[in-house]
Amino acid sequence: MAKLPTPQELVASRPAFPDEAWLDTKPKFAPGSFCYPAKKETMEIMHMPNPHDWDPAADDWNLPDNWEQILCDAFAERLEKHRSLKLFMDICVRCGACADKCHFFLGTNDPKNMPVLRAELLRSLYRRDHTMLGKILGKKVGARGWDKEVVKELFYYAYQCTECRRCSLFCPYGIDTAEITAIVRELLHEVGLGTHWIMDPVKNCSFTGNHLGIKPHSFVEIVEMLADDCETVTGIRPKTPFNEKGHEILFLTPSGDVFADPGIYTFMGYLLLFHELDLDYTLSTYASEGGNFGSFTTFNMAKKLNAKMYHEAERLGVKWILGGECGHMWRVINQYMDTYNGPSPACMEVPKSPITGTVFENAASTKMVHITEFTADLIRHNKLKLDPSRNDHIITTFHDSCNPARAMGLLEEPRYILKHVCNNFVEMPENTIREQTFCCGAGSGLNTEEIMELRMRSGMPRGNALRYVQQKYGVNHMACVCAIDRATLPPLADYWAPGVTVSGVHELVANALVMKGEAKRTMDLRQEDLPNVEADDAAEQGE
Amino acid sequence: MFLSLLLVLLIGAVAWAGASCGLTALFGVVLPYGAVLIFICGLVWRMVYWAKSPVPFAIPTTGGQERSLDFIKQEKWDCPNTKFGVFVRMLLEVCLFRSLFRNTAACIHENDPVNGGPRLVYYSSKWLWCFALIFHYCFLFVFLRHFRFFMEPVPACVSFLEAVDGFMQIGAPRFFITGGLLLVAVLFLLCRRIFNERLRYLSLMNDYFPLFLILGIVCSGLCMRYFDKCEIALVKMFIMGVTHFSPVSAEGINAMFFVHLTFVCALLIYFPFSKLTHMLGVFFSPTRNLPNNTRAVRHVNPWNPPKQFLTYAEYEDLYRDAMAEAGLPLEKQPEPKKAAE
Repeated sequence: MAKLPTPQELVASRPAFPDEAWLDTKPKFAPGSFCYPAKKETMEIMHMPNPHDWDPAADDWNLPDNWEQILCDAFAERLEKHRSLKLFMDICVRCGACADKCHFFLGTNDPKNMPVLRAELLRSLYRRDHTMLGKILGKKVGARGWDKEVVKELFYYAYQCTECRRCSLFCPYGIDTAEITAIVRELLHEVGLGTHWIMDPVKNCSFTGNHLGIKPHSFVEIVEMLADDCETVTGIRPKTPFNEKGHEILFLTPSGDVFADPGIYTFMGYLLLFHELDLDYTLSTYASEGGNFGSFTTFNMAKKLNAKMYHEAERLGVKWILGGECGHMWRVINQYMDTYNGPSPACMEVPKSPITGTVFENAASTKMVHITEFTADLIRHNKLKLDPSRNDHIITTFHDSCNPARAMGLLEEPRYILKHVCNNFVEMPENTIREQTFCCGAGSGLNTEEIMELRMRSGMPRGNALRYVQQKYGVNHMACVCAIDRATLPPLADYWAPGVTVSGVHELVANALVMKGEAKRTMDLRQEDLPNVEADDAAEQGE
Repeated sequence: MFLSLLLVLLIGAVAWAGASCGLTALFGVVLPYGAVLIFICGLVWRMVYWAKSPVPFAIPTTGGQERSLDFIKQEKWDCPNTKFGVFVRMLLEVCLFRSLFRNTAACIHENDPVNGGPRLVYYSSKWLWCFALIFHYCFLFVFLRHFRFFMEPVPACVSFLEAVDGFMQIGAPRFFITGGLLLVAVLFLLCRRIFNERLRYLSLMNDYFPLFLILGIVCSGLCMRYFDKCEIALVKMFIMGVTHFSPVSAEGINAMFFVHLTFVCALLIYFPFSKLTHMLGVFFSPTRNLPNNTRAVRHVNPWNPPKQFLTYAEYEDLYRDAMAEAGLPLEKQPEPKKAAE
């Protein structure tokens, strides 16, 4: 990985707008500006159209011979299938309100990263083939035809958008760049162009049940190890039920939390919480992935990967599904799952918390409840004994993940929990949180190492807001409800606000959770010493 | 930009010349009939074109807290989960430009004392919202005021609008405040495009042309009212003739009137084929016009493809032995031969 510029250098090095009009400029595929291409074998095994070897840095991308026909037809087909696309192609007035709402634009100052121009890349093609004025007047009205350079440009900018939908919040017509980017990515996959970091997890998930390709026995083993760690910290070894029939609840969460630091601590948090509640639940090795990298490729792939959830719920005969902390997972569950693969299996019922009796009417059809909805309800009903002072060594802020914020409206639940498990909670500036939250800079399958500088740029607004509360209020921790965040925010924090750690909300819950019969806690879940422990001991001895 | 300006000037010049040469029937009768026909048919055609594509997924952009637990307050209008909530959200969007009201301007301070380095600051930026609102409402007001030319007797509500609009009682004929504000707002929107670097970079002819055209309409209208005064009685007779499909002679009407009318016709003709369809399109926008209730009510996709995925049975076939070894429950036990090994 190339050495990163300092934050000052990074900000100062953003180039001015080019002199040429945007229809005349083309992106340079310098190393670090693009994600590595998907392997041909991966595309083949997933039955993606036109798999081939290619290199983004090369002049020739080895597109199939009839690539133009494929793309024109695919675009026309998408227009027939999505009213949103027709509408978003037609009604943009280019008012520019979206421009400085995009984290990629703020970080790169590349005009084509203004959401309006990113959409114009496709709109220009639409004008030529689908509007009368474009057909007649061509370039004068911003219309252009397909050529190989245009394909490259679409690829470049479709992977400099994290589908975070911040622009769509500010757009007076609600034009959703995520929808446009998603469809551009679909088109590119039609001619065999995908990225390794996305297609590889897709392949894994398709065959092993999770993005990381962890096979069933290894998956169980890893979770057992995490349960052992739980025992080290609390003296209690939580149960780890797998693939068992006849339970009330199936628990699903991103596999990243089973595998990668600091997500594993969040996973341990779930295990401890469920154990303490004596929750009647099971995990699954088959549906061991909550996330859905398929949603970063095509709608059909998203559907395919998502189908396992209901299939497994039906096989195991559960009443409802509890979903862990994840961003795009919840975009798919909240807005797509029921449409893709519903209606839910007959064995399922409207979710009802077995502990508090609360019925989750808002999930009456999908039968899937977000873990923070579940836990906030527990806390509200006083079902958890919490000692927030165990988190006194941290001053935390909360990062709203794009998808739960703008595709679900999950804003208060995690805050409600945080305020009960931590004594020190500080919000970041108001234009960077809640529905106006900024992306971590690497969502939608861009959390790959080869574009690290780009990630630091696109993460600038988030990093900057974090830096502000760190300097001003001494914030040293950032909680989030997204597994991709837990992977992408630590390097972002190291770069923009060194010293800030990142965790899921349920890691902090488990730290504060006073469990029945637990050993005296001297460590947090990361097995780092808790503050005030020695002082307490001294006090006890003094008594 | 200059091309758009030239085009608009050309339209005006042609109309002026035409009217001066006595082609008033063409510019005053034929063109308006054609323009209105194209406008109405064009808009219907555009809406049918949009409506022909289904809405496969419910993708509302949530602008606030969802409805979930009883003790958490839902943002009913920014994140509605009911049809009524959506109605209010659309009303706020269409009548008050709710989304544009959120607008901020992001500014990078390279050496901020708090951050000890670069810091992004977000300033409230309501100018666009403010002038867009003025522009659209004044346009509506002016449009409604014009009904005094189309109706006899003039409806009371139109007279009332005129009275409100001329409340300042300046000049004779009385100065209509909306006309002046409309001019200011159009100029603001135009200047924004010309002087803001980002806007200038992304603006197309398609953006300048309607602005210049509307500027032309406003200027020719103001000109007729305050400077190159038209014989109002004649104009009204002429228009009443056209609207009652029995056109009368345009004898004695200024050429400026035909310039004004031709600009309006150009706008009507251009409208259905341009970004101006945002007027209707906003009602179709799936990020705004759908309730955030997708977990409670299933949204149906008419072209939902059949399910194709690795089923559990296939998965177990792939990993049965390893799963048995790990002690996982199985649907089908491994072959005894394997178990014996």
